[in-house]
Amino acid sequence: MDPVVILHAGVASGTVLLFATIGEILAERSGVLNLGVEGMMLIGAMSAFSVTVSTGNGWLGLLVAMLAAGMLALLHGLVTIHFQADQVVSGLALTFLGVGLSLVLGEGLNKAGAISLLPVVTIPMISAIPILGPILFTHQSVMVYIGYLLVPAVWFYIHRTRQGLDLRAVGENPTAADAMGLSVQRLRYFYVWVGGLLAGLAGGTISLAISPGWFSELTTSGQGWIAIGLVIFAQWDPFRAALGSYAFGALRRTILDIQGPQTLFTLRNPFFYNPYLGFFLQMLPYAFTIGVLVLGSRAAQRKHLGAPAALGLPYVRGERGH
Amino acid sequence: MTTPPLDGPRPKGRLRWPFTLRIETRLDSPRGLATWVSIGAIGVALLLGALVLRLVGGDPWQAYGHIARAAFGDLGVFSDTLVKATPLILVGLACSVAFRMKLWNIGAEGQFYMGALGASVVILSGLVPESASRPVTLTVMLLAGMLFGALWGLIPGWLRARLQVNEIITTLMMNYIAIAFVNFFVFGVWSEGGFQMTATFQRSAWFPRLSDFADQWPGLRGLTTHFGLVLGVIASAIVWFLLYRSRWGYEIRLVGDNPKAAEYAGVNITRNTILVMMVSGALAGVAGMSEISGVVHRLQTAISPGYGFTGIIIAWLAKLNPIMVVPVSILFGGLILAGREIQPAGVPRLIQGIILFMLIASEVLLRYRIRLVRVAAEG
Repeated sequence: MDPVVILHAGVASGTVLLFATIGEILAERSGVLNLGVEGMMLIGAMSAFSVTVSTGNGWLGLLVAMLAAGMLALLHGLVTIHFQADQVVSGLALTFLGVGLSLVLGEGLNKAGAISLLPVVTIPMISAIPILGPILFTHQSVMVYIGYLLVPAVWFYIHRTRQGLDLRAVGENPTAADAMGLSVQRLRYFYVWVGGLLAGLAGGTISLAISPGWFSELTTSGQGWIAIGLVIFAQWDPFRAALGSYAFGALRRTILDIQGPQTLFTLRNPFFYNPYLGFFLQMLPYAFTIGVLVLGSRAAQRKHLGAPAALGLPYVRGERGH
Repeated sequence: MTTPPLDGPRPKGRLRWPFTLRIETRLDSPRGLATWVSIGAIGVALLLGALVLRLVGGDPWQAYGHIARAAFGDLGVFSDTLVKATPLILVGLACSVAFRMKLWNIGAEGQFYMGALGASVVILSGLVPESASRPVTLTVMLLAGMLFGALWGLIPGWLRARLQVNEIITTLMMNYIAIAFVNFFVFGVWSEGGFQMTATFQRSAWFPRLSDFADQWPGLRGLTTHFGLVLGVIASAIVWFLLYRSRWGYEIRLVGDNPKAAEYAGVNITRNTILVMMVSGALAGVAGMSEISGVVHRLQTAISPGYGFTGIIIAWLAKLNPIMVVPVSILFGGLILAGREIQPAGVPRLIQGIILFMLIASEVLLRYRIRLVRVAAEG
């Protein structure tokens, strides 16, 4: 129950949620809700692990993971953007498809031996900073550092670049964006695809770095859905997404660690003496997601912040908005 | 509502294909078109599934042939198919009711588990004494299952109605919580000799099966279809009546089609949201109770191979029509029954995913028509 250990592990496993959440933020900012994150992550985890087992190259594994999940995302794009199907149902279908496909293609992968993982890095100098150094910059996977860079980069992209302005325009008011000469459909395709790439990256980060291996559905165990919940908590902002992701990562680690010691804050640890209480600990991430959603929804109501105005609505030129 | 033709002016002077595809909004909807489009979509989905199976080195036709034979081949297996279809009918109805109001209850799986837990609690806690008659025992179990399922629907329903919390994610999270909750009781409270199951319930807590009547009618010997199927069919009739013949159903459909209009018409959306989620949860709870009482006769882990999620596809395939839920569930019951023996294990799920994808993609054909038209000569 060492707080430094918990936060260190929290940042590591939170990186998975971070990638998936930021990907979903970009897709939703463009106006497309993609509930298929769980399926895309699982495809990513499976293909990353599979490619790395057969080629020995983790970076190639990550690339394939991203492309595979990106392909699934494009399928969602085709059905929702071109065929104007309901985004909720299409996202659910994508989850079924992604989970089913990764179980079929990943058959037998759980028996594959150990693989060389992505490198683990300690940054010289700044790892010596007290408290923050050991948590953030010591013995972390290279993916964690990519996460650190991604957050400010995506924030800058959304809020300070021309392309980011276009992205927000397409999600908030596609009719006006169309009148400005932007191709609403092309931009939406692009950001749905980017969302898929990042979900695939999240999956690959699980199977190659955070909890290496292929454990069929348990590889992701609902983290794709937690990511979708975090988007609402984050109010579509990358920095808040990072906060939420790392907090969830730390929670996961706390749940593991709390069952170890015999005493807890000098009291008898009930989780040590009755292991069945662990089932209640297992519920915590999911219960917290609901709590976080309630908080996020209340904040959004109070501040009149909210989802991108056109989220979930197909855009048909010449048709009045809903 | 018009869609501009896609054939704009093009550079002159080159030979071009004299036809072009034109997408037009459909103004009419021919009778039976929806059915044929759905059937076509399933056909295409099965072909795509075959392609995937072929690519991973399987023999798709053998697999499909096996599914057909192992699910509908003779009376015995068809009876087993009906057993699998029973919970599917009930969760399919649960999803249909909620989806009709555009409430995305993805939590039928958790509500199913809670219904099973509720039905077990009344038996294992001794609330219903072993000496109680079968009708009393089963009725109490049924009510407890409905209550627990409805409670599991009430929480996300209330959050949605009162606090505008997205019900898709809350219902999904409640699935994980319900399964962990049931596991706690199975392992930690009622475990039978350390196994992941409780003691078997007394006979009065079992739904009657067809084979129970084999003494009078020998032809029924070995048939496992149980009373839950009757419940499912009755439920589908009740839900149909509620949705399409009652004032309340009209309100639900109005909210689903046009929430603004419903609000102006004075429909209480908050109250209906909570009610519909409770009804939906109760139906899924009955499915869990029926599985406990009709099939496993005790509470154990992994009582559902994802029935709650298959219910989503069934509701969509049945176009949210409660009557159509029954035949569609029987088809999917066969797929699940036969799919258990097929390797790799993900095949039924994969096929379900492809079917759902094809279905929603095909709906574009109901709204638009694609015509081949001659390009007008340019003056």
